[in-house]
Amino acid sequence: MNPEELLEIAERIVGWGRDGEQIEAVVGHSQETEVRVYEGEIESLSVAESQGVGIRVIADGRQGFAHAGTLDPEVLEETLAEARDNTVFGSPDEFFGLAEPDGVEPPELDLYNEALLEFGTEAKIDMALELERLVQAGDPRIVGVESADYGDALSADAIATTTGIRSTGRDTSCYLTAYSLASEGDETQTGFGFSVGREPSTLDVAVAAKDAVERATRMLGATQPSSERVTVVLDPFVTAQFLGIIGSTLSGEAVLKGRSLFADRLGDQVAAPIVTLVDDPTNPEAFTASDADGEGLATRRNQLIGVGQLERFLHNSYTGRRSGSASTGSAVRGYASTPGVGCQALSLVPGDQPPEELIAGIDNGVLVQGVSGLHSGVNPVSGDFSTGAEGLRIRNGELAEPVREITIASTLQRMLLDVAAVGSDLTWLPMSSAGVSLVVAEVTMSGA
Amino acid sequence: MIDESVVSGTLSEALKTGGEFAEVFVEDRRSSSALLDDGKVEELTSGRTRGAGIRVVVGETTGFAHTSDLSEAGMAKAARAAAAAARGGGGGHQIVALSRVDAPAPNEIEVLPETVAKATKVELLGRADEAARAAGSAITQVSARYADGRRRILVANSDGLLAGDDQVRTRFAVSCVAMGDTGMQTGFESVGRPIGFELFDEYEVDELARTAANRALTKLAAQPAPSGSMPVVIGPGGGGVLFHEACGHGLEADLVAKQASVFRNRVGEQVAHPEVTLIDDGTMAREWGAYAIDDEGRPAQRNVLIENGVLTDYMWDLLRARKEGRDSSGNGRRQSYQHLPMVRMTNTYLANGTDDPQDIIAATDRGVYVAHLGGGQVNTATGDFVFGMSEAYLIENGQIGPPIREGNLIGNGPEVLAGIEVLGNDFAMGSPGTCGKDGQGVPVGDGTPTLRVASMTIGGTAA
Repeated sequence: MNPEELLEIAERIVGWGRDGEQIEAVVGHSQETEVRVYEGEIESLSVAESQGVGIRVIADGRQGFAHAGTLDPEVLEETLAEARDNTVFGSPDEFFGLAEPDGVEPPELDLYNEALLEFGTEAKIDMALELERLVQAGDPRIVGVESADYGDALSADAIATTTGIRSTGRDTSCYLTAYSLASEGDETQTGFGFSVGREPSTLDVAVAAKDAVERATRMLGATQPSSERVTVVLDPFVTAQFLGIIGSTLSGEAVLKGRSLFADRLGDQVAAPIVTLVDDPTNPEAFTASDADGEGLATRRNQLIGVGQLERFLHNSYTGRRSGSASTGSAVRGYASTPGVGCQALSLVPGDQPPEELIAGIDNGVLVQGVSGLHSGVNPVSGDFSTGAEGLRIRNGELAEPVREITIASTLQRMLLDVAAVGSDLTWLPMSSAGVSLVVAEVTMSGA
Repeated sequence: MIDESVVSGTLSEALKTGGEFAEVFVEDRRSSSALLDDGKVEELTSGRTRGAGIRVVVGETTGFAHTSDLSEAGMAKAARAAAAAARGGGGGHQIVALSRVDAPAPNEIEVLPETVAKATKVELLGRADEAARAAGSAITQVSARYADGRRRILVANSDGLLAGDDQVRTRFAVSCVAMGDTGMQTGFESVGRPIGFELFDEYEVDELARTAANRALTKLAAQPAPSGSMPVVIGPGGGGVLFHEACGHGLEADLVAKQASVFRNRVGEQVAHPEVTLIDDGTMAREWGAYAIDDEGRPAQRNVLIENGVLTDYMWDLLRARKEGRDSSGNGRRQSYQHLPMVRMTNTYLANGTDDPQDIIAATDRGVYVAHLGGGQVNTATGDFVFGMSEAYLIENGQIGPPIREGNLIGNGPEVLAGIEVLGNDFAMGSPGTCGKDGQGVPVGDGTPTLRVASMTIGGTAA
């Protein structure tokens, strides 16, 4: 379905509003294909079409919500009735209210590429098979490819409200991923590689394969070192995961509800002066770029930390109103939930040294290439974190032996202040934050 | 939910291009949830999804399509899409006439949540908020969530299977923030069972709220977690998730078949202390991971995975089992009709031991006592895992000492199994969990008695 048809449905729902009611309808539709190959055969080929609607009603200062995984006309009415009934049981809150047009023009982004529609099933299968073949052939120590996938999606959505919001969007996306197994002696290690784009010709099979081979083979022979305090270099993929967590602490919702460790720190020096952190979904380079947020407001560039100083929190309409400011265009949601607040395309402003130079300046450290259990190991409220990690030792400015079964621990507060360098290798990744090499001093590494 | 003739017609359509096996999975799910945060009931949410997933198998290839259109035409369209992916079979496969076989439910449902007034559900939230805030003036924020869901499924396949299940789950969770001189700390507690609103005859939400609040308050006084390797005692019910991750995933036959399990080729081997018995049991009444049938129509089973320290079997879904010429173990599950099933756990637990838990602690000179583990993850190919400790204490001179702040626990599955030294006689099931695999989440349960592992690595910040 195209965005105009979805908007028509959203407008129809909004038109059912009664006096004194605010109604917001979010309607989405997507078509997805996924091919998984294994040992030269198609293991599975999935084609899927899904749609849904989420309806928010605000009446008498109370809010109710309902969603359904279909766009059948009778279900739309049922869903609205359910959302309306749900308002009765919510607590009144003077700040409840839908977004209102704020005059900010949405950026012109080219997120929809018709070439994806022309790409046939056979070509998708061939691309996944090629990926598997390249991984398998990449190194004699590769003993298996657990999965090699091609996937794509075509999504459209529309938002309409009784407050005058009309927003539509559509985008195409595709990806390749491979999970590899490398073995030497009786030791096995795993790796992964991926490539993402808006249409298939932008996918790089060779890079996805090479990364899958390297990530699996580089950890062979890794041992557990003893515990000590070291300087770490986070690889871009790892930095992006940390940025995602730091971003969550800068949401206006966390601040208002007393769950942000940065709540009272606007204007403070919270990071080293080389740290400038920006959330910018208007950047067309970002895989998660988008022209409108989850409430239909134009997205915008928000600088959160400038030269180490905390400058801003992100807001949706509710948190903006309640904190006496306004939405920063940062509502995030699917159709099955009410809008939260979050980063959409977060990145550090890069420095001028490539990772090789950063490493050359470190006597004793670890290049952290992978973290695990980050979400269970970070408490975004207290800032404490401890995460499983693996990577390569750095000795006298050079990469040395691989290490595994270590944890690195610190607090988010201290880590931001201890950033010693930001690399020049900014990389956009298929997540809401970008990667860049990051040097952090004085991190506790636990091992044997 | 859907007419039987539509189902058999869809199966015939699905086999037209030469498929060897076809399956229709129909799901109708209703959910309701209510969230209290920051002293206010933010909103009630109601959800409804309904649809069907159709798969067709030819040789090693599975074609899959799903639709939210359950009409005859909608189903036929999805069947053709699934069949197109699995072209090239020999053909001539007929569907066997469907005959309905329903398995017994793990337990009765007394009070269907949909029959309970919304106001009654919301009232629980206010009580939890009040009780948590009353636990101490340092409690600065409380959020409480009530959620219920009813999932009706119907599975039919070309072997003639037709089975259905009506799965009800009810859950309540409280999370608190406490503020002290050392900053903010959090505490969490949840309960959930595959039962209806009678859950609240068994559990007082006030009590849950106090437990969550006390976890946060306790941590205000906590010292940084130590770092390095040391003995770890895991409390009853608090660490089952560790065995779910560190051992259970490696015993899933799909991962084993792809060489992605550290437990491959090890059936029959002594992998743990002779007192260690690991069981996955989908029939366990009133436990979070229980059901009558799995999402391939197979009745849930009790499967012994490790018996007296010896690896006895893996867990199986339909396709893996067919390949090996055996029966599925009732572990084929999927998140929704939009997903393909795969091998998943249900309620996975380490069976009771014989030792007095007090003696286990007393015999530990220095180490860490983990009362409650948070989330974690495992690399099944290497066995390496990581877990967050959400409530833990130092053990000093055989006694539980001061609380420690959050830190990760890391180790290796086979090494931890081999490192279990002693098991207590105080078995308990843990908190309801959601297990993620390949992007799909399903409800699971876990449990353990008190036990001691000779050595694990604690990732704290203390020198």
